[in-house]
Amino acid sequence: MTISRRHLIATTAAGATAGLLSACGSNTGRDEGSSGGKPVIEQWYHQYGEAGTEQAVKRYADAYDKADVKIQWRPGNYDQQLASALLTKSGPDVFESPGPSLDQIKAEQVVDLTELIEDVKDDFNPAVLAPKTYEGRIYGIPQVIDMQLLYYRKSLLDDAGVEPPQTLDELVDAAKALTSKKVKGLFLGNDAGAGVLGGTPLYATGLELVTEDGKVGFDDPAAARTLAKIRQLYADKSLLLGAPTDWSDPSAFIQGLTALQWSGLWALPQVKKELGDDFGVLPFPKDGAGKASVPVGAYGAAVSARAKDKDAAKAYAKWLWVEKAEYQEDFALSYGFHIPARISLAKKAGKLKEGAAADAVRFATESGFAAQPLLWTPKCQTDYSDALNRIIKDGANPESELKAVVRKVAAELDRVKK
Amino acid sequence: MKSGLKSRLGTQNRTLWFWVFVGPFALGLGIFTYVPLLWSVYLSFFDAHNTVTPDVSEDFVGLDNYTSMLRDDSFTDSLLTFLVFSLFIVPATFALSLALALMVNRLRRAQAFFRSVFFLPAACSYVVAALVWKLSIFNGVRFGLANTLLGWFDTDPVAWLSTTDPPWYWLVIVTARLWLQAGFYMILFLAGLQRISPQLYEAAAVDGARPGWQVFRHITFPQLRATSIAVTLLLVINAFQAFDEFYNLLSDSRGYPPYARPPLVYLYYTALGQGQNLGLGSAGAVILALIIAVVTIGQAKWFGLGKKEAA
Repeated sequence: MTISRRHLIATTAAGATAGLLSACGSNTGRDEGSSGGKPVIEQWYHQYGEAGTEQAVKRYADAYDKADVKIQWRPGNYDQQLASALLTKSGPDVFESPGPSLDQIKAEQVVDLTELIEDVKDDFNPAVLAPKTYEGRIYGIPQVIDMQLLYYRKSLLDDAGVEPPQTLDELVDAAKALTSKKVKGLFLGNDAGAGVLGGTPLYATGLELVTEDGKVGFDDPAAARTLAKIRQLYADKSLLLGAPTDWSDPSAFIQGLTALQWSGLWALPQVKKELGDDFGVLPFPKDGAGKASVPVGAYGAAVSARAKDKDAAKAYAKWLWVEKAEYQEDFALSYGFHIPARISLAKKAGKLKEGAAADAVRFATESGFAAQPLLWTPKCQTDYSDALNRIIKDGANPESELKAVVRKVAAELDRVKK
Repeated sequence: MKSGLKSRLGTQNRTLWFWVFVGPFALGLGIFTYVPLLWSVYLSFFDAHNTVTPDVSEDFVGLDNYTSMLRDDSFTDSLLTFLVFSLFIVPATFALSLALALMVNRLRRAQAFFRSVFFLPAACSYVVAALVWKLSIFNGVRFGLANTLLGWFDTDPVAWLSTTDPPWYWLVIVTARLWLQAGFYMILFLAGLQRISPQLYEAAAVDGARPGWQVFRHITFPQLRATSIAVTLLLVINAFQAFDEFYNLLSDSRGYPPYARPPLVYLYYTALGQGQNLGLGSAGAVILALIIAVVTIGQAKWFGLGKKEAA
């Protein structure tokens, strides 16, 4: 059979047109916002390290019968992926976020969730609800509380005749006394604490990052005095530096590379499994007129302003994080180790009633402060931790460094309050 | 009919064929390179926090982003970091890759083997190399490879990446990149060496030139001029674009230390980190692109790149 050129061209053109038309039609393989009459909701989580968590959230999503919830479990730099995705229409409908950040709220990327949480607002730990609240409106429902605290190895302290430190001065002395050729006294992270400590030493001395009325909270000579003590730890060579895993992982503590380690509550089951009763936990010790302190924070469920069906997304967020109490307890305690964001649930949870876990819950309630106040923007954080780096590692003058940071942070606070 | 088709699709219709082959790539280049580039320049004139489509009337700030970026000591420090880095890495890579090429070129046996062995690191990703350097060789505890070696001489473990006095982190950063890229530039030098006419060496020998340094200085190195210029240019541009190994060696979940923060890492945190200050980040990117362009053009002019070699 011979095919004329005209026939060939006509056939090819028809095929191409059909292809283009089908691409414009409904059979594109993409979800068009509903599935069998039910709305489709895209939900994002950052990748949790604990086994079983991903299956758990998929199970919760499957149990919701008013919408078809699709879970995306995202490894890598979640916060940055999320910030970029929220600029586009292809982002999530419901997502967890350490914020939402003030810039996200002001750019109207997230929706107001106040009405979802109104009835049970007082049941949430205020230290984690406050950073999700802007001008009285709530933009994120706290999921589970994470906190940081100081782990100490009882046997090593006993051998060195050192008591668990109650003040920052005692911590400096204890770390020095516990340092030997093989074991360092204290691990504050591979950067000597410049990143993770953040505002913790300030709170321990009675100051804060940002005051309630939005001013710089550490424009005070006491701040320089306290930070000089962190420098002292570094200068004494009492700090473990360059460990294979960082502060968030308890390996250095378990392997006996350090006698004291600043880490998170999430590490507690692993430490208990490896060391049995040979450990205890402490808050960051107080300095001067201040009080012991622990930073607390919570991932919160938020709804994107670009959600395909905002009402359906809000209804799902309310169902999962306000109504289904059993899921919240399961999510907090069945896989890793976190405190449920609802005070009533935290009080009931059996696993949090004794030993180091009970101490940790007490610290969070009595000495918890918001690790990331809403007005404390990433720019404030970078400027402050740069200064902390220079004070601790370079031995820069704390007064002059803080003076420069106070100026920069004040300018940034002016910008965000506009 | 056949000749008609040939004339329609053949040599006479070169324009058609040009666009058939070049068109898709030009389109891709336009959409994925030039549009974002121009959009970035556009954004640099706006207060664009968490948005790529700022409000033209409300968010226009003129040159404010440029002035605040140039006044930002973190950004100017990052340019200084780059300068220090290129002062270390450009001459070091140049010398090492040239030395390797000279050695491999002289080999009579197993030349292909050694060429491959030295080239192999170029196939390794910067991220992987950075993690090997950070976790295995230069970790700060007593069982890291470098500290184990020091331990044999009864020296205390060194926290390679965490101390600024002395700044051992430079050793880690420079050796990682040196290991990764020396093999690649060695291949360029090898190609240059193989283009040198053996008659030149014979003539030099007849004239009584001593083999070794004298021949290298008066014959080999001048003959490698074109290769050396290309290598230097590539090394400087690559150094400017350093990101992967710095980021993977020094960042942690909470941020990045102010020392050894090259411009791209700083801009990454400004524009793509949680800050999402896309206007300011774009202004920084434009400034950086201009600096790279000026340095490269200046360097090319200085070396006389593109000029015909004197006969």
